Amino acid sequence: MKLSRPARITLGVAAVVGFAVIYVPLFLVLINSLNPDRSSSWPPPGITFDWWTAAWGSAGARHALVTSLKAGVGATAAALVLGTLIAFAIQRFRFFGREALSFVVVLPIALPGIVTGVALNTAFRTVLEPFGVGLGLFTVVVGHATFCVVVVYNNVIARLRRMPGSYEEAAMDLGANTFRAFVDVTFPLVRSALVAGGMLAFALSFDEIIVTTFTAGPNTQTLPIWIFSNMARPQQAPVVNVVAAVLVLLSVIPIYIAQRMSSDTASGGRI
Amino acid sequence: MSNTEPAAGHTARRLAGTLHRRPRLQLSLLLTAPLTWLILAYLGSLTALFMSAFWTTDTFTSNVVKVWSLDNFTTLLSKDVYQQVALRSVGVALAVTAICVVIAFPVAFFTARIASPRWRPLLVVAILTPLWASYLVKAYAWRLILAEGGLLDWLLSPLGLDGPGFGLVATILVLTYLWLPYMILPIHTGLEQIPDSVLDASSDLGARSGRTFRSVVMPILLPSIAAGSVFTFSLSLGDYIAVQIVGGKTQLIGNLIYSNITLDLPLAAALGTVPVVIIVLYLLAVRRTGALSSL
Repeated sequence: MKLSRPARITLGVAAVVGFAVIYVPLFLVLINSLNPDRSSSWPPPGITFDWWTAAWGSAGARHALVTSLKAGVGATAAALVLGTLIAFAIQRFRFFGREALSFVVVLPIALPGIVTGVALNTAFRTVLEPFGVGLGLFTVVVGHATFCVVVVYNNVIARLRRMPGSYEEAAMDLGANTFRAFVDVTFPLVRSALVAGGMLAFALSFDEIIVTTFTAGPNTQTLPIWIFSNMARPQQAPVVNVVAAVLVLLSVIPIYIAQRMSSDTASGGRI
Repeated sequence: MSNTEPAAGHTARRLAGTLHRRPRLQLSLLLTAPLTWLILAYLGSLTALFMSAFWTTDTFTSNVVKVWSLDNFTTLLSKDVYQQVALRSVGVALAVTAICVVIAFPVAFFTARIASPRWRPLLVVAILTPLWASYLVKAYAWRLILAEGGLLDWLLSPLGLDGPGFGLVATILVLTYLWLPYMILPIHTGLEQIPDSVLDASSDLGARSGRTFRSVVMPILLPSIAAGSVFTFSLSLGDYIAVQIVGGKTQLIGNLIYSNITLDLPLAAALGTVPVVIIVLYLLAVRRTGALSSL
């Protein structure tokens, strides 16, 4: 499209403003973690690294971090298995309920988290508690995996769609059996999509707060829950600032890896 | 050859042969685990939730009474508070979606069609990275901006103005910020996929850029916008955390569900059906545009 020079400049300026709006709040969090004053008034009176030292020693934050990592690993593992299986089934076969299945996979992420959360909470309490399985890390993993499946599924199916079926046929013509063709041909081709999907699933689980609130029970605290419950306490405010700043810096890693591993991952986010 | 092959390899080969001849068996092996999970853990839970919407709560003991009734739904429809909150929530979700489209469009247009091709992948990463910054951190950042004496008040004070403070406006602002990347990305992808030849053809036929935009770009882009709107709309409709952080006294449907869960689960469940019904209708409508496959 031939755009006039003023139009291009206007769009450029609008884009710059848009990017500024995206990034300014994140930088503000970083600056505020160095604010010696406990209040959030602007501008900060000076710079201090004291809160970073305090956060490093905070047992609550560390414990929550470990819980988040465990939940993320568990949910990612389950999502990788389930998402890959569904992607293969939907891409390679035509069967009754195929459309419905692809709809149900998207549903946990398309429905508001609070609905998923309350539903899982009700189910866990009525079905699992009589068996002595209380709300805790296990139920958090189940809850997270349910909506992480879709991320893996999307990455794998996007890769399968672009991968010609003839590769596998060729392998089989050359005498490879189903397993052999999978291990030597298909798997290497989908591996990077799996890594990308896994990274995104992990990041999604790591950040999730609503479903976690309803599936965690009183004794399990993930990092988002820890932040949320300490946000309102003035005494904890500086440590929360630092943890928030660390999360901003860390969030770059999974997205960087996912981008490098897979170009299908242009769709990010919850999908 | 087959005599020297280890027994395990032999079994594997026979199994592979069986699987190859029987695709139905392959399919059922693929689907057993995911279907069990989705049906038991997810659809089962949703069903349990909807069933409990038809139960009631004993007002004295707060125990759930498992007798089928439509009481909760009658309450929802008859009390003005619930209607107001539901309407406000839908209004907020629509406003957030609309503002997201307006902001996302120039950003996506710039990254997909104006920026030099060398910079485009970098710009996409620049959009994606904040998407993965923690939800809470982003809401928290806005708490710092909107707080009394915070950044916005400081910026506006030379003009003799105050920021909006915490409330409904702040809620819409923060939700827009949180979900904006979900709108930018699909629009960017949609714009990127429009072949140059189509746009050239339009201008060869005498269309100015405004006309090309209306008659060529927009129709192609509609599924992308619809896909983005699924997220901005649904995520806004169900949110209650951002509302708690910057909403002041604002109540959205998520807050009502949350505050009823411990005392009156059946009512909370009935309230929960409202966003579900709205979103399923929305998804079914959007599916016609082909948006779900570009999610």
